[in-house]
Amino acid sequence: MPLLPHFQKWLVENGVPHWAAYVVPALTGIIVALLFLFLMIIVYIYLERRGLGRFQIRPGPNRAGPFGILQAFADFIKVLTKEDITPTNADWPVHFLAPVVAFFSAIMILAVIPIQKNAFITNLNIGILYVSAISSLGAIAIFMAGFGSCNKYSLIAAMRGVAQLISYEVPVLLAIAGVLLISGSLAMGDIVRSQNVPFILLQPMGFLIFFIGVGAELNRSPFDLMEAESEIVTGYHIEYSGMKFALFYLGEYGHMVVASAVMTTLYLSGWKGPFLPEALWFIIKMVMVFLAFLWLRATMPRIRVDQLMSLAWKFLLPLALVNLFATALEVLWQDNIGWEQFPWPFVFLNLGLAAIFILVGSKLLFKTGGGRVEV
Amino acid sequence: MVLKAEPMLISMGPHHPSTHGVFRMRLVLDGEVITDMEPMVGYLHRGIEKLAETRTYTQVIPLTDRLDYLGSMTNNWAYVLAVEKLAGIKVPERAEYLRVIMGELMRISSHLMAVGFLGNELGCTFTPLLYMFREREKIMDLFEMVCGQRLTYNYMRIGGLSHDIPEEFLPAVKKFVAEMPHYIDEYEQLLSENEILLARTKGVGILPQELAISSSVTGPVLRASGVKWDLRKADPYSIYERFEFDIPTGTVSDVYDRYLVRITEMRQSVRILEQAIKQLPPGEARTKVPLLLRPPVGEAYAHIEAPKGELGFYLVSDGSIAPYRCRIRAPSFTNITALRDMLIGWKIADAVVIFGSIDIVLGEVDR
Amino acid sequence: MKFEHYGRGMAKGMALTFKHLLRHPITTQYPEQKLNVSRRFRGYELVWYEDKCTGCATCAKSCPQGNIEIVTVQEGDRYKVLKFEVDTGRCMACGLCVEACPYQALYMGRGYERARYRRREVVLTKEDLKPSPERQPSGYANPEVEEQLPEQTLLVYRK
Repeated sequence: MPLLPHFQKWLVENGVPHWAAYVVPALTGIIVALLFLFLMIIVYIYLERRGLGRFQIRPGPNRAGPFGILQAFADFIKVLTKEDITPTNADWPVHFLAPVVAFFSAIMILAVIPIQKNAFITNLNIGILYVSAISSLGAIAIFMAGFGSCNKYSLIAAMRGVAQLISYEVPVLLAIAGVLLISGSLAMGDIVRSQNVPFILLQPMGFLIFFIGVGAELNRSPFDLMEAESEIVTGYHIEYSGMKFALFYLGEYGHMVVASAVMTTLYLSGWKGPFLPEALWFIIKMVMVFLAFLWLRATMPRIRVDQLMSLAWKFLLPLALVNLFATALEVLWQDNIGWEQFPWPFVFLNLGLAAIFILVGSKLLFKTGGGRVEV
Repeated sequence: MVLKAEPMLISMGPHHPSTHGVFRMRLVLDGEVITDMEPMVGYLHRGIEKLAETRTYTQVIPLTDRLDYLGSMTNNWAYVLAVEKLAGIKVPERAEYLRVIMGELMRISSHLMAVGFLGNELGCTFTPLLYMFREREKIMDLFEMVCGQRLTYNYMRIGGLSHDIPEEFLPAVKKFVAEMPHYIDEYEQLLSENEILLARTKGVGILPQELAISSSVTGPVLRASGVKWDLRKADPYSIYERFEFDIPTGTVSDVYDRYLVRITEMRQSVRILEQAIKQLPPGEARTKVPLLLRPPVGEAYAHIEAPKGELGFYLVSDGSIAPYRCRIRAPSFTNITALRDMLIGWKIADAVVIFGSIDIVLGEVDR
Repeated sequence: MKFEHYGRGMAKGMALTFKHLLRHPITTQYPEQKLNVSRRFRGYELVWYEDKCTGCATCAKSCPQGNIEIVTVQEGDRYKVLKFEVDTGRCMACGLCVEACPYQALYMGRGYERARYRRREVVLTKEDLKPSPERQPSGYANPEVEEQLPEQTLLVYRK
C-alpha cells in the first residue's frame, strides 16, 4: 500500500483532526520530493562539470570543497548576490514570470514518478498523459523569456525555441504510444510493473526516437540551438541575471532530472533490479541516462535550425508512425501467444525491424533541408 | 489590418564570443536568412605603421609581433626580410634553416588554433579546441625554450636570429615531429567524418574561384577555392626550394574544404620540419650588423606565406635610423572583403561558421 | 545533405572522447605545483647589478617605449647613477635593453606573478632592481647565467 495514505491512516488513528491528517502527509510528500529533486540536480551539475572536464583531459572544478563537491553551492551564492537587472523597455510581468514557469513545470511532473514500488506522491491513472501535458509548458516559458526581454537576439532564440519544442513533441508522444500499447495502462506504476523485459529491448526504435526527441526538448547538445553560445550568445536568457538566471539554470537541470526519470520508467524498467534496494536502482539508471546525454554533449557539434526541423518532421515522425504500426500488429498477434511467457522472439524481431527501418529511412527520408536561399 | 514584415537589423557587435576579436558585422535579416552584411573594423587600431616611423629598425620588430599575435614568428620574418632586402644583408645558412623550422612550427600552431575555434563555433563544447591546445602548448614550450616568451617572440633580427638554439631544442622538436601525425589523425577521427559537421559545413559559404582571385584573397582560403598558389613555391623566399612538400587544394570551395586544407597543410609542415632538422648545418646564427642600421635610400617589398595568407612589408628608407614609411599588407584585411559575398543567402548559424573558416585575427586587420 | 555514413563518423568521434575520458588530465594544479620556466625566460622585471653599471644609458636608448629612466652625475671620470627607474607596467618584455647592455649589468628577471594593487608599485626603483632571493636573473642573452638555472619542464616529455 502506498506510503502516504499509510501515514495518513496512522495519524488519524492517533487522534489528529482530519484536516491535519490530510494536509501533513501531503506537505511531507512535497518536501521529500523537492529534496530529492534538489539533491539530484546537484548530483547532475557535479557530474556534468567534472565529466565534461574529464572528457576534455582536464580535471573540472576541484577547488570548492573536497573534490569540488560544493561548487554548486558556491555558484548559488554568487548568483544570489548579483544585481537583478531588468531592461527598460521590457515587458515586466512577462519577464518576471518566465523563469518561474520554467522551473515549476519541472517540479510538477515529480508528482507521478515512481521511485520505489509504492512511492509516489499520487498514483494518477492518467500518469503519462499528465507528464506530456506539463512538459509542453516549457515552450511557453521560453517564449515568454525571449519575447519579454527587449532584445533581438532573444527574439530569434525564442522563435527557434518554440519551433523546436513543438516539433519534437510529436515523435515523442508517438513513441510513448508504442509503450502504452504494450503495457495497456497510462498509470506510471502499471507501466513499470508490466516490464518483465525492459521496453528498451522490445522497442529499440521507439527508444531511439524518444532519446533524440527528449534531447531536443531539453536543449541538450547537439540540439542546443536555443542557447547556442557561439551564435546568439545564450539566446533567451541574455537579459537575465541574478536569481532569475539561477531559476532558469535550475529549471534546465530539473527538466533533465525529470526527463531521465521518465525515461527509466518507460524504457528501462524503473525500479526493478536484483540485489540492491529499488530506489538505488532507479537512481543508478537515471544517472546512466544522464551520462549518455553528457557523452553526446562532449562530442557533437550543433545542428542548424532548418536541419533540426527536417529531422523531426521528415525522419523521426515517419519512423515513429511505422513503430506504432508494427507494435500494434505485434500486440494483436500476441493475444494468441501470451505476452508474459514468450517475449524473446519479439525482442529479436523488433531489433531486426528497427535496424532495417533506420537504414532504409536514412537512405530515403533523410534529406535535411536548406541550402542557400536566393536573395 | 495590414500585416507588415520588415527586415531586422542586427549588429553582431564588438562584444561577441565568436568574432575573433573586436569585429563588428551589421547583418540585415529576413527571418533567419541574411540578406545584407556590412563589416565594420577599426576597434583594435593601435597605429603600428605610424609608430614604426619613430623607432629604429630593430625596435620595430617587437611591434610587428603584435600584428597577427597568433603568428608572431612569421610576422618578424616578413619584416626582417624586407629590411635585409633594403640594406643588402646576407643571412648565414644555419639561420635560414632555423628560420624555416620556426616558421613551420608557427604555421602548425596557427592552424591548430584556427581549426579548434572552428569546432567551437560549430558547437562542440570546447572538446576539439582543448585537444588541439595540448599540441599548441607543446609548441609554445619549444618557443619558450628558444627565446623566452610564449606569444610575442621578438626572435628574428636583421641578419639572422637573436640567439642560437640551446642544445635541448633539437631532441624535443624531433619528439614532437614524431608524434604529431598521430595527433592529427586523432583530430580527423573526431571531426572529419562526423555527420553533423558534414551537414553544417559541406556546400556552405562557397567562394567561387574567379571571385577569390579578383578580390586578392590569399592563403588557405584561396587554395580551398582550387587555385594552386603558395608563395613558398610560386616566389620562393629564404631556402624553400630545397624542401619537397605538396600544396593542398580544394575542389568545392566550401567551409569543409578550408578545414581540410588546413589539416593537410599541418601534415605538410611536419614533412618540411623533418627535412629541415635533418639538413641543419652548423655555423653562426647572425651576421654582424651595426647597432643603428642606416640602410641606403630606397624602397623594398618583401612578402611571405604567413599562416593566414600573404603578409607583405613595404619599407621606404631615407638613409636615417628609422624607416620613413612602413606599410603592412595584412592578409586578414583583404580576406574580409570577400566575406559579404560568402554570407548572403545563408542563415545566422552559418554566418559564424563561415566567418570562422576564413580565420582572421583582428590585430592584423586593424593594425 | 544525406546522412552520410549511417552514423559511423559520430560513433568514431564518441569512441575517441571515451578514450580520452580514461586518460589522466594534463593540467597542472597551479599554486601547489608550478612548472619550471625556461632558462631564457623574459619575465616582467629586470635585475640590475649596480657595480657593473657605468651609466652609459644604452639600455634606455634601445627601449622601444622609453621605459627606463636614468639620471647620472659626473664624478671624476666616471658617472654616478643617481636614479635608475624601470616602469614595468609599460614594459613589453622584448629584451632589447638586455641585449644592448655592453657591460652585462642588466638581466631579465624570472618572475611572472607581478600583479600589484597600485600603479606606482609597478615602477621599480634602484633598490627594487637589485638581485635578491625573490628576484633572480634569467639567462636571456647571458649564457653564463643560463647554465646554472634548472631545466624547463616540457610538455612533450610528459605522458
